[in-house]
Amino acid sequence: MITEFIQFSLTPILIGILAGISCAVPGNFLILKRQALIGDAISHVVLPGIVIAFIFTGVISTIPMLLGAAGAALVAVILIEVIKRLGKIEPGAAMGVVFTGMFALGVLILEQTDTSKVHLDVEHALMGNLESLIWLKAQGWQSLFDLDVLKTLPDELFRIIFVCGFILSLTVIFWRWLKIVTFDEEYARTIGIHSSIINFSLVIITAIAAVAAFESVGSIIVIAMFICPPAAARLMTNKLGIQVIWSIVFAILAAIFGYIIAGYGPLWFGSENSVSAAGMIAVVSGIILLLTCMYGPCRESVGQTKD
Amino acid sequence: MNTFVQAMLFQAGYNVALVTVGAILLGIASGSAGTFLFLRKRALVSDAIAHATLPGVGVAFIIMVWLGGDGRSLLGLLFGSAITALIGLFIIEWIPRRTRLPEDAAIGSVLGVFFGAGIVLLTVIQTMSSGRQAGLESFLLGSTAGMLFQDAVVITIGGFLSILGIWIARRPLTIVAFDKDYAISMGYDIRKIDLLMMGLVLGVTVIGMKLVGLILIVAMLIIPAVTARFWSNRTDKVVVIAGILGGLSGYIGAVLSASAPSLPTGPIIVLIAIVLFVLSLFLAPNSGVFSTFIKHRKTKSYIHRRQGLLTIVKGKNIASSFTRKLLANEGLSGSDGLTDKGRKLVTKILIDENRWIAAKEIYPDKDMNIDYGFTPIEETLTKEELVKLDQYIKSHKFKSKTYDY
Repeated sequence: MITEFIQFSLTPILIGILAGISCAVPGNFLILKRQALIGDAISHVVLPGIVIAFIFTGVISTIPMLLGAAGAALVAVILIEVIKRLGKIEPGAAMGVVFTGMFALGVLILEQTDTSKVHLDVEHALMGNLESLIWLKAQGWQSLFDLDVLKTLPDELFRIIFVCGFILSLTVIFWRWLKIVTFDEEYARTIGIHSSIINFSLVIITAIAAVAAFESVGSIIVIAMFICPPAAARLMTNKLGIQVIWSIVFAILAAIFGYIIAGYGPLWFGSENSVSAAGMIAVVSGIILLLTCMYGPCRESVGQTKD
Repeated sequence: MNTFVQAMLFQAGYNVALVTVGAILLGIASGSAGTFLFLRKRALVSDAIAHATLPGVGVAFIIMVWLGGDGRSLLGLLFGSAITALIGLFIIEWIPRRTRLPEDAAIGSVLGVFFGAGIVLLTVIQTMSSGRQAGLESFLLGSTAGMLFQDAVVITIGGFLSILGIWIARRPLTIVAFDKDYAISMGYDIRKIDLLMMGLVLGVTVIGMKLVGLILIVAMLIIPAVTARFWSNRTDKVVVIAGILGGLSGYIGAVLSASAPSLPTGPIIVLIAIVLFVLSLFLAPNSGVFSTFIKHRKTKSYIHRRQGLLTIVKGKNIASSFTRKLLANEGLSGSDGLTDKGRKLVTKILIDENRWIAAKEIYPDKDMNIDYGFTPIEETLTKEELVKLDQYIKSHKFKSKTYDY
């Protein structure tokens, strides 16, 4: 039983948790800066990036695909900014034009090229393949200390550990700047912080988180994790530091319960097949948000009337 | 090519013709409904609505199979999708009203969570032994290949009804989109009209799902509206132009897709809309990038030419190399001062300059400094005002500036 859990569930849960944290932490700042939907936009444009990377290299290989996705995210962010400025269009609409256009292009190229033989399709991009990231060599808890067996862990796990660590350490290092720029750009300018650099870096971090999480868990979970845990955390506290910690806690809870319900829930109802873990993690994060909307201690803004 | 022409002329089979008509009607409906959404700055609400349709499709399928059908009835699926989209819309309204979270956070969470729930239901359906689940995925990206006749009829009628709905509600929608406060003073209930707008958007989304797919239907609501905004500043015109652009995208997209089966309908329609957007962004006569650029250069040259010539007649040196080059290139000044052409222009400019100085004296209330030297004075004052101004200049009260040149 334990061995089975470690073989089939431990790595997906860990990856789910780390992907969730990678998205939730930058999500805190995006929500406070009213840019929550940039995560949505970026996770849509990842598809064309991956497709184009595939066309150039001709193989399904991780590094070029990640580079392609990151490139597409960068192109999207620049295009949104250009359209906003050139056409004097409000940010939401500019975003809508760019990400739908790029997504349509991605789908079209995908349908035109012979990618059907390899495992690259739109559904995969949306749903991810969390369930397939298994660790067959594991024999039990002792495997965690066996270097040779540890080497057989899915590569995705190592990558997401790296990305998650990278994002967390950047957040810690630049904490003071991030905080000031998030709450008061004017003040940041007067004390000599270049808020545009911080803002742009935040978008880049968002793109890195989206691309890394996307690889293993698909884009739905990415959108949900950028917004739901930080939004729920926002209703728990008035302090930014505590909010970030809450968002990490919520991301972890969503990943664990989402995976367990998806994997074992159907068994309790007598069905043999599990359901999409990525989808279920998104649903659990939504339930957490719903609960905080109803009972969170800081759910109302000052002066908001109850109805 | 042959099929392309046939499809264009609605001759490539009854189904294709019907789908093409459906795509045109849907394009018109989404273009004009999306305009109201765009002008109310709520374009991305439609993204959440669209994603929130997916669980409805799943639930409707499961219920229909459970009741003994094969779960393929498009009307049933669309009905289910409308229900969950409505719930999603309600939550988007509820979260910012009830909590301190802003609307964009509400949009994003509804989008992610409902879509996640939809994916969960799709995996449930995949494991169901009964029912014909094949084809449910087509709601993600849309597909017209192998579309049933009755489905095409549903889309066509739905598109027509949406346009009718927009036509009936056009007046309150336009007023609210144009000026919210004015609409309130006219006695309109903004919340109700916003709900009506959302209802129309929801209708368009649900109908467009099968054709364009739920991920891309939002493009049909946003892109034509944004494009139309380049061509007019009047709300009522923008609505009509967006409808035309949407219909055109739907028509070309459906025809292209019918003539080349490997081209998926949804992305093609969206990319046609994107092409129209890019063309308008650059080429639109008043607010396009090119015309803005040309206008900017014209104004810049006007100012440099005028100030440069005035500097010369005042006997001073021109500091800006741009101005010197401009005057030399236009043959206004040579190595030994002004040319004949330059002198003629200076005469005109001095009249303008004196008029501006005089205008500042007799219209102290108007802030003449705003346009002073940037535009010819004839563009600022009316003809009657100009006549009055010239009389003042001729009178002894005004001392004209004159120079030797």
